[in-house]
Amino acid sequence: MELTTLYNVFVRDFRRQKKRIALTLIALAWGTITIMLLLAFGEGLHRQMAINSRGMGQNIGVMWSGQTTKTYQGLGKGRRIRLFKEDPAFLAERIPEIKLIGGEYSRWGIKVTFADKVLNEHVAGVQPSWETMRNFIPEAGGRMINSLDIEKRRRVAFIGYDLANRLFEDQSAVGKQILLNAIPFTVIGVMIDKMQMGNYEGMDEDIVAIPATTFKAIYGDPWLDYIVYQPHDPKDMPEIEKKIFEAMGARYRFDPTDDRALSIWDTVAGNREFNNIMLGIKMFLGIIGFLTLLIAGVGVANIMYVSIKERTREIGIKMAVGARKSFILKQFLIEALMITFFGGLVGMLVSYAATEGFKSVPIQSDVLDFMGRPTISTETGIIVVVILGIMGVLSGLFPAMRAASTSPVESLRYE
Amino acid sequence: MSQALIDMRGIRKAYQTGSVTFEALKGIDCEIRHGEMIGIVGPSGSGKSTLMNIMGCLDVPTDGEYLLDGRRVDTLSSNDLADIRNQKVGFVFQAFNLLPYATAFENIEVPLLFARVGSRKRRRRVTELLARVGLADKAGNKPTEMSGGEMQRVAIARALANEPNIILADEPTGNLDTASGAAIVKLFDELHATGKTVIIITHDVGIAQHTDRIIKLRDGRVEGNGNLA
Repeated sequence: MELTTLYNVFVRDFRRQKKRIALTLIALAWGTITIMLLLAFGEGLHRQMAINSRGMGQNIGVMWSGQTTKTYQGLGKGRRIRLFKEDPAFLAERIPEIKLIGGEYSRWGIKVTFADKVLNEHVAGVQPSWETMRNFIPEAGGRMINSLDIEKRRRVAFIGYDLANRLFEDQSAVGKQILLNAIPFTVIGVMIDKMQMGNYEGMDEDIVAIPATTFKAIYGDPWLDYIVYQPHDPKDMPEIEKKIFEAMGARYRFDPTDDRALSIWDTVAGNREFNNIMLGIKMFLGIIGFLTLLIAGVGVANIMYVSIKERTREIGIKMAVGARKSFILKQFLIEALMITFFGGLVGMLVSYAATEGFKSVPIQSDVLDFMGRPTISTETGIIVVVILGIMGVLSGLFPAMRAASTSPVESLRYE
Repeated sequence: MSQALIDMRGIRKAYQTGSVTFEALKGIDCEIRHGEMIGIVGPSGSGKSTLMNIMGCLDVPTDGEYLLDGRRVDTLSSNDLADIRNQKVGFVFQAFNLLPYATAFENIEVPLLFARVGSRKRRRRVTELLARVGLADKAGNKPTEMSGGEMQRVAIARALANEPNIILADEPTGNLDTASGAAIVKLFDELHATGKTVIIITHDVGIAQHTDRIIKLRDGRVEGNGNLA
C-alpha cells in the first residue's frame, strides 16, 4: 500500500518538473553511455587480444637450447645444451602431464621460387601436431602435413597466408610446385589468415612448413631448434617445466636447478600476465567512465537539492496533513532512484544498440582486426547497474534526509 | 466532569538563535472541551500561531505538559505526531497551503493517501467532501484556477478528509474578501454544529463572536479566557 502511495505521489510530483527531470535523464544517459562504451571497448580489446595471442598456439610451451651456468658432476659451466630429435619422445614418456610434444627445425634465407617470383623466406621442419598446437589450420581445399608425409619424407609444403598471396597472387596455391633452393616441393595447403601476437621465429603468415623428417634429410641439421609442447591442463605448466629440467638434466648431465641450461617460454604464464594487463586497462577505462557517470550523479544530487529547496513549503504541507519523515525520505529517494534508473536504462539501450550496430557493419580494417570491436558483456551490464544503483541511492539519500529532517513549521513559513 | 480534549499545563516554547533565547510561550495553561468552538485572539507576536502549532502537534513545547484527548503528546515520536496530524487534527491556514500543481480533488486526497485509504474509498470520500464544501464542479481545477474563497474551502475539505476531532484554523479569512470570509465562517459553524471542536485564530471580532469562548494571549501568556468583552 505504501508503495502505491509513493508511486501516486511521485507521478503527481513528476508532472510538475518534467523539463528538469528530462535534462537530468539526458545527463545520466550520457554518463551511462560513456561508461558502457568505454567498458565495451576494453572488453572487445581484451577478447580480440586473447584471440590474437592464441594465433601462435594456445597454452603451449616453447623450449630451445641454452647454456649451463653451473658446474655439475665434474662438468664445467658454459656447456651448450642442444635438443635432439629423440628428446620429444623421451619427455613424453616421462611427463604424463604433456598432451602433445614435437620438435621443430628452422632455417632462414631459403630461396623460394614460383614462376618468375623468387623470395627469401623462413623454412621450418614441423610435425603434424603443429596443426593443433600451433594453429597451422589449412584453408578449405588444402591440408596440413600428416604422419604419412613424415614417414615417407615427402616433399610437400604448407605455406603461410601472406606468403601464398605474395607468391601466387590470385591463383590457388594448392597443388602448385615451388622450389626451395632449387628443390621442388608441392604445396598441399595454405594456412588460414590469423591474427598472431607472439612468435619465436618469425610470423606464421610468412612460413614455409615442410615435414621435419624431410627437412633433416635435405638440410642435415644435427639438432632441433625448438621443442613445442602442450599440457592436458594448463595449470600443470610449472610442474611440466620442473620435470623437463629434471629429465633433461639427467639426460644431458646438467644441474636441474640451472634455469639457463634450457630456455622455456611458458605462454600460459604469459597469458596470465596479459590478462592482468588487460584487466588493468579495463579498470582504467572503467574508472574514466565511472568519473563521467559520477558527474551525472552529482547532477542528480544537485537537482534533488534544488528541487527539495523549491518544494520546502510543499514538504511542510505534506507533513502538516500527516506525512511521516520516512515517507518524505522515501519519496525523494525514490524520485532520485527512478531518475537514475530511467536515465541509466536509456543509456544502456543506446549503448547496446550502438555496439550491436557497429558489429553488424562489415568494415574490413587491420585496426579492428587487431583491437576488436566494442562488446558489451554481462559483466559490464551488471557493473553499470550496480554503479547506477549506488549512485541513485547516494545522490538521493542525502537530499532526502535533509528534506525529511525539515521542521514542518519552518517549511510552511518558507517563501 | 468530562475529560478535556485539549489540556495544556505550563506550556513553554523557546527559540534559540545563537546565544539569544526568545520565549514565544511563557507558561500557557488552557483546557478545551469536546465540541467547543474557541477563538484565540491577541496582538501580533503574542504567540497565537505558536500555540496553535503545538495544539495541532505541528511543533513540540520546550516545557510543560500537553494531553490530547487524555494522551500525553508532548513526548511522542515524530511518527506518532504525524499520525495525530493525519487522523485527529485538520489544519486550515491563512495562506491556504494547497499543493499548487495538484487539482482540488488531488489536494483533498493527500491526507487519505497518507492514511493508506484504498483508491475507491478515497474517491468516494473526496467526492463527498467536495460536495459538502460546494465545489463538486471544481474537482479538476488547480489552485491557480480558483478564487481565494474556493481555495480555502478546498483547504477545509482537506482538513476534514480523515474526519478529525479538531479543526485548527489560523486566520482562515485573513486573505479573503468579506463575502468569501462569511462563507467560510458559515462552514465552520456547520462543522461546529456537527460536534467538531473548532479552534480559530482571528483578529476579526465578528468571527470571535461566533465562538463559544475566547482565549486572549499577550506576550506569550494567557491574558483572558472567556467571553469577548
